[in-house]
Amino acid sequence: MHPFSYERPATLARAVALLEAHGPEARVLAGGTDLIIRLRDGSLAPTVVVDLKRIAELEPGIREADGRLVIGATTVMTDIAADARIRRRFEALAEAAAVVGSVQIRNRATLGGNICNASPAADTAPALLVHGAVVVIAGPSGSRRIPIDGWFVRSGVTTLGRGELVTAIELPLPAAPMGSVHLRRTRRRGHDLASVTLCCGVDASGVTRLAYGSVGPRPVLAVDATGVLADRDAAPDARTGLLERMLAEATPSARSMRASPEYRLAMLRVLARRGVDIATARLAAAEGRR
Amino acid sequence: MSGRIPIQVTVNGRARAFEVAAHHTLLEVLRDDLQLTGTKECCLVGECGACTVRLDGRIVDSCLVLAVEADGGEVTTVEGLASDGRLSRLQGAFLDEGAVQCGFCIPGQIVAADDLLRRVARPTVGEIQEGLAGNLCRCACYGQITAAVAAAAAAEAGAR
Repeated sequence: MHPFSYERPATLARAVALLEAHGPEARVLAGGTDLIIRLRDGSLAPTVVVDLKRIAELEPGIREADGRLVIGATTVMTDIAADARIRRRFEALAEAAAVVGSVQIRNRATLGGNICNASPAADTAPALLVHGAVVVIAGPSGSRRIPIDGWFVRSGVTTLGRGELVTAIELPLPAAPMGSVHLRRTRRRGHDLASVTLCCGVDASGVTRLAYGSVGPRPVLAVDATGVLADRDAAPDARTGLLERMLAEATPSARSMRASPEYRLAMLRVLARRGVDIATARLAAAEGRR
Repeated sequence: MSGRIPIQVTVNGRARAFEVAAHHTLLEVLRDDLQLTGTKECCLVGECGACTVRLDGRIVDSCLVLAVEADGGEVTTVEGLASDGRLSRLQGAFLDEGAVQCGFCIPGQIVAADDLLRRVARPTVGEIQEGLAGNLCRCACYGQITAAVAAAAAAEAGAR
């Protein structure tokens, strides 16, 4: 591995100052499950690595505040998948976190890292889109919040600016019950990256949110506010047409080794239908429990 | 901080203080500086699990952890599972079930299986497969490895 200097700031202000001073020469280290691979293969060669794990303000954890669930950026997948509040109210995210990598990877990989790495195959990205997550950012001019739908640009690129870092991801607690699910296709069971990943959320007012990844440069969110998709009695043609429009932004690359574009597009449609069915059933179950 | 960085790590119950380069991984330091060569280097991308160790109570791929990140932490390697020269129940079960062919992946398999049994006393076959999904065996002893973990869990339950 190419040598670099290692910084372990104790405060958020110091971390921001380091990132601002070094700009693209600095890389942030959280779980390291993506960064260390790229440091070793030479595709990244920063002069400074800034470890976020000893910053008091960035302690990992999940807490409820002002109608939101606030997930600290350094919270690892193991803890997200196990959290009772996430499992009950944000099922798609709990399921997505539970299939990232292996036990070893989930014990290290952070939610902040997953969205900052911005892989098109990131498992948590469609879930965060479906749940309407907000990214909380600290930077040289203070903190700002942006909806996750305005976060992903393309593989490895986000709207994060120089000197900025993610401090938390917030999930608005839904006022009405919502059913959601995370589905994916991989080449094999167990530890693999997704060839197609899709989340669906249906709420009590009939709005369906579909988000999908691994089929283009960035994960995509499509919303049906007409209520047709979630309506089991709607005409099949109407649902099919709607679904086609919602999936139209899928543009899988022919160069990927994991799956052909034809396979991805075919499976995307299967997962979308399955996702709507499961999310609708879960919504009904949630409403039944009320 | 650049050059050599002083760190303190408790390894297999023994407090150690030494200096590491910032760009050296926990795996490199365990093997090259501490001569704990039970932990294996293989894929170096977090897919095979041969370098699995327990860090602060959770298993990690030590090829994806910088040694400096373990500063102040506790590491358990496969060498830390046997006590007084006696194999653990789990290690014995791997031998009894013939789960060890070439043996290269076994330290990682055993550290991961040990972690699974700490979390789930009587895992199902599905839970064993999921718990060990991050550990590849190119001799394909998966059947025997799964049987060994189940046998160790059963023996542990019987001993209680």
